[in-house]
Amino acid sequence: MNEFSRALVYLNDPFNWSRPSGITDLALEHLAISAVAVLAAAVLALPVGVALGTARRGAGLVVVLSNVSRAVPTLALLTLFAVSPIGFGNRATTIALAVFAVPPILTNTFVGFRGVDPEVREAARGMGMSRGQVLGRVELPLALPLVTTGIRTAAVQVVATAGLAALVGGGGLGRLINLGFGQQDYGVMIAGAILVAGLALLTEAVLALLSWAVTPGPRRLPFLQVSTPRSASPVPEPTASGVPL
Amino acid sequence: MTSLGARPLLDAVSDPPVGLLAVDEAPNPWFDPSYVTDNWDSILAYTGEHVRLTVLAVVIGAVIALPLALLARRSRLLSAPVLGLSTVVYTIPSLAMFALLVPFTGLSSNTVLVGLVAYSLVILVRNFLAGLQGVPADVREAARGMGLSPAQALWRVDLPLALPAFMAGLRIATVSTVALTTVGVLVGHGGLGQLITGGFAANFYRAEIVTGAVGCVLLTLLADILLAGVERALTPWARAVRA
Repeated sequence: MNEFSRALVYLNDPFNWSRPSGITDLALEHLAISAVAVLAAAVLALPVGVALGTARRGAGLVVVLSNVSRAVPTLALLTLFAVSPIGFGNRATTIALAVFAVPPILTNTFVGFRGVDPEVREAARGMGMSRGQVLGRVELPLALPLVTTGIRTAAVQVVATAGLAALVGGGGLGRLINLGFGQQDYGVMIAGAILVAGLALLTEAVLALLSWAVTPGPRRLPFLQVSTPRSASPVPEPTASGVPL
Repeated sequence: MTSLGARPLLDAVSDPPVGLLAVDEAPNPWFDPSYVTDNWDSILAYTGEHVRLTVLAVVIGAVIALPLALLARRSRLLSAPVLGLSTVVYTIPSLAMFALLVPFTGLSSNTVLVGLVAYSLVILVRNFLAGLQGVPADVREAARGMGLSPAQALWRVDLPLALPAFMAGLRIATVSTVALTTVGVLVGHGGLGQLITGGFAANFYRAEIVTGAVGCVLLTLLADILLAGVERALTPWARAVRA
């Protein structure tokens, strides 16, 4: 394909990477927006998820939230925040992305902490652990695989969605796609698409490795889990395992 | 307007003051019923395109996903690549997916359709496979022992037992496809998404944007309720148990 070879040529030109608001700048902007959005969502969703999960309450609320978030198109939310008094730009994008990152983190944290065997908790209490110790040394390690899955899902989703911000005046790598499309320069557009897709896949891989590293006990690399269908059944499937974006 | 005194060059009445867009001056309500009534025809046309793309994507996805899931159930050698590939496709952002398809399918709605089929296919294969793997092995063996042919066993034993998982997959695929269709605005075929970016381009016209967004949510709700009804109708035995 002619367009694809032109994309390769574009990607191979160092100047396209190093110039002001070149690929490097856009990628850093993309990552910065995504990181802030995921962090904000985690700060908001983790405590709520832990509180609801350990209390085993609010399942209805969590399910409704994750379903509603699935029904609202990300593009709509990005646009709505962009035309609100916040004004379009990276701040509106970050807020919209953070809103979308909350449900996966909240749902998975909730399911993870709710899934802790009550008898294990009781045993920990019986051993004389304080409430905080039970939470930190017993419940957290047991819930960690799902919590990290939630954060990974949210992060990949945010990195993928951040590209859409370019359609409504935002920054990030999506700009290359929008720019290339607008200028009928499909080489640039393909290059942007490859970069956005690559960044999303890279995020997935890095976070999968990271969650593998922090998970205690017998562990499997997340990529290898698909090759053993049986392993799917004991781990409860997270309810909001994300929607492709 | 107070700043104008400090900038005599901008004193001319016809010059727009610097830093002020029309958006700041004209009323720009979030909701405007007159927008909906005045533009009913185009809203309907966009909704039609949205529905057409969604239905086609889910139906085509299901038609491809079923044989794939049946094949993947046969052995782990087949299911591993199918699931691995679906994870990768799942991770590719839709904007990138549509952009990568443009050189092949151009600026037609086929670009959007192919991308949507890819995503719905990925969701459906996983759910179909989970449903088929959930059919107890002894039940399948009993069906064979009763002399059912493989086709009969599939139609009378596997499919009814896997139906709840199938319907769950169809519902997730439909809901996410409705939301994803909006990204088709990249090539000008985003259904109701056209209203969202159209309103943004038309000097941030909020009524149009909100109409598109609310339309998408309503469409999702409607599709989900419809599929829930179909599931209820297809599984009369589930109701009998519950009653």
